Amino acid sequence: MTEASPANVPGQHSDVELARQDGALPSGQQRPGMFGVTGSGDTSGFSGLQRQPWVELPAERPYGGYFDEVVDAFLAAYPEAEQALRKVVVDRDELTLHIARDHIARVVQVLRDHPALRFELCSSVSGVDYLAREGKDGERLHVCYHLTSMTYRRRIRLEVSVTDADPHVPSVTAVYPTADWQERETWDMFGIIFDGHPALTRILMPDDWDGHPQRKDYPLGGVAIEYKGASIPPPDDRRAYR
Amino acid sequence: MTESYSPSRETTEGRVYTVGGGDWDSVFSGDPLHEERLVVNMGPQHPSTHGVLRLVLELEGETVTDARLVVGYLHTGIEKNTEFRTWTQGSTLVTRCDYLAPLFNETAYAMAVEKLLGIQITERTKLIRVLMMEINRISSHWVWLATGGMELGALTAMTNGFRARERCLDILELITGLRMNHAYVRPGGVAQDLPENAYEKIRDWITETDKEILGVDKLLRGQVIWVNRLKGVGWINVEGCLALGLTGPMLRAAGLPWDLRKTEPYLDYETYDFDVPTDDGADCWSRFVVKVAEMRESLRIISQVLQRLEQTPGRVVVDDPKIAWPAQLSIGSDGMGNSPAHVNKIMNGSMESLIHHFKLVTEGFRVPTGQAYVPIESPRGELGVHVVSDGGTRPYRVHLREPSFINLQAVATMCIGGQIADVIASVASLDPVMGGCDR
Repeated sequence: MTEASPANVPGQHSDVELARQDGALPSGQQRPGMFGVTGSGDTSGFSGLQRQPWVELPAERPYGGYFDEVVDAFLAAYPEAEQALRKVVVDRDELTLHIARDHIARVVQVLRDHPALRFELCSSVSGVDYLAREGKDGERLHVCYHLTSMTYRRRIRLEVSVTDADPHVPSVTAVYPTADWQERETWDMFGIIFDGHPALTRILMPDDWDGHPQRKDYPLGGVAIEYKGASIPPPDDRRAYR
Repeated sequence: MTESYSPSRETTEGRVYTVGGGDWDSVFSGDPLHEERLVVNMGPQHPSTHGVLRLVLELEGETVTDARLVVGYLHTGIEKNTEFRTWTQGSTLVTRCDYLAPLFNETAYAMAVEKLLGIQITERTKLIRVLMMEINRISSHWVWLATGGMELGALTAMTNGFRARERCLDILELITGLRMNHAYVRPGGVAQDLPENAYEKIRDWITETDKEILGVDKLLRGQVIWVNRLKGVGWINVEGCLALGLTGPMLRAAGLPWDLRKTEPYLDYETYDFDVPTDDGADCWSRFVVKVAEMRESLRIISQVLQRLEQTPGRVVVDDPKIAWPAQLSIGSDGMGNSPAHVNKIMNGSMESLIHHFKLVTEGFRVPTGQAYVPIESPRGELGVHVVSDGGTRPYRVHLREPSFINLQAVATMCIGGQIADVIASVASLDPVMGGCDR
């Protein structure tokens, strides 16, 4: 991986190379072992099995099923498809299109309106904090859009990733009004700012809440509890199976 | 308080106000009905807001000119909590989201985890899941009818509805040991097989429920007040539904026969003979018609699944001992727990069994990395579960696409321009469950 091979160029198949390295994460972090052990090579705890590295490999053609048709139709329908489509992932019979964030609002417009695509229903918008995979400064905050085409009975997932330092994503509420509350929830829970949202306020947590609770580095708080002479540490410091 | 409302005088006991009713002419000038704008907080503690929903209504007279919803009062962090428990314990948490349809939450969650694991569940498991979900659909629709009826003043609908729902819960209790929050459907299967007398009891229950549905239908369908309160109220058409993400009975009452059991079948729903009821009114009345018809269709499915269950013996969990719960569970007087025979075996007989039990129960199984989204048709619409795994023994992220949460966005569209009394009917027809909405 130190040589300058085409695989090292970002956006190429560098993930494939990474997947071959044992236990490494794309951020370069080492995965800690059971109970937080590091550096021993044992990343699995008692069972001694190597855990598979956590990367999403880009899919290769043919994707199978209706996935090829959807991707082809999208490439034909969206003028800047080359820049917009960052990665195509096919996993467990689900198609995920990784979209560059500046394009997302225009991409969903095409996906909804183009006669060969027709994703009329935005089923779900939610966030995932991939802190463990992407690292603190990586593109850890993901927004997942699950779209449904009732005409063709198809489902796809769009994913947009941003960094913690610049957590801005264009809002899709103009195309899918149903995303209103869901984007508010994603802002509330993950701190992702949806530009162009009519009223991006907290929805589940109180208005004056500090922080975004579903981020992975959100402190759980609590104090050590003493019970019959033993001390039970607060949740963040408690040992756990990994 | 100004003097015009309540003149006061000083006495030896202090100041005494006389509240004598208003001379309204001195308070208002001009046309009060069209000039006075009133903001009313309905809820969060209001008998007809289905739990802790708060509606901020702007009124002109009795007409609603603006409606805003405030949710989040019942937020319990269920999604975050799942990240700190094993995959199996997750079903205990998700069951508490939409507490009127717990078996749907569990099944959708279990199916998502199974998709990540890449395992196939047994035939009998599929049948039991279908059976449980359809019974649950009926019980959930009973609550909708009961609470909706109560809110519109039809108290007989409430008493009859809750009585019928309690019979559904009796069946669920017979099978799972609990009325609600079952944690019965788990990744890999279900907690345990049906008890022997279940078939007979469910058949009796079908006959009873059929009568109950007929009775309520007879009671309400021709009832003038009921018809007038529902017809033409809370109108939202197919375009509106799709834009706002409304699914389930809301969408079907607007005329689109979109039911995931038919359109994207799971658990072999395509092999059952049932219809998808629709109506074209797109109002509260159509939703009443659709939901009552849906209860009948669920009964049809239950009859078919019972027949198949009797002909399909087999395990109710996967064969893989690395995933299947190690204990044989049984229902005692205090709910479901490990069977005495199993406890005896691991404590007195086999050390390996004890280790295996301990590892699987405390540590749990690992799920390969990746993500999956599984949508199913819950009583309120599309219930989707998005699960992400980092390869560990606990979920990395669980998200529920809750139909209550999504559907509530339509309240403003349905209510603005209508009467304040119709807000109650509209919200009731949405059938929101705040436990699901706020998670």
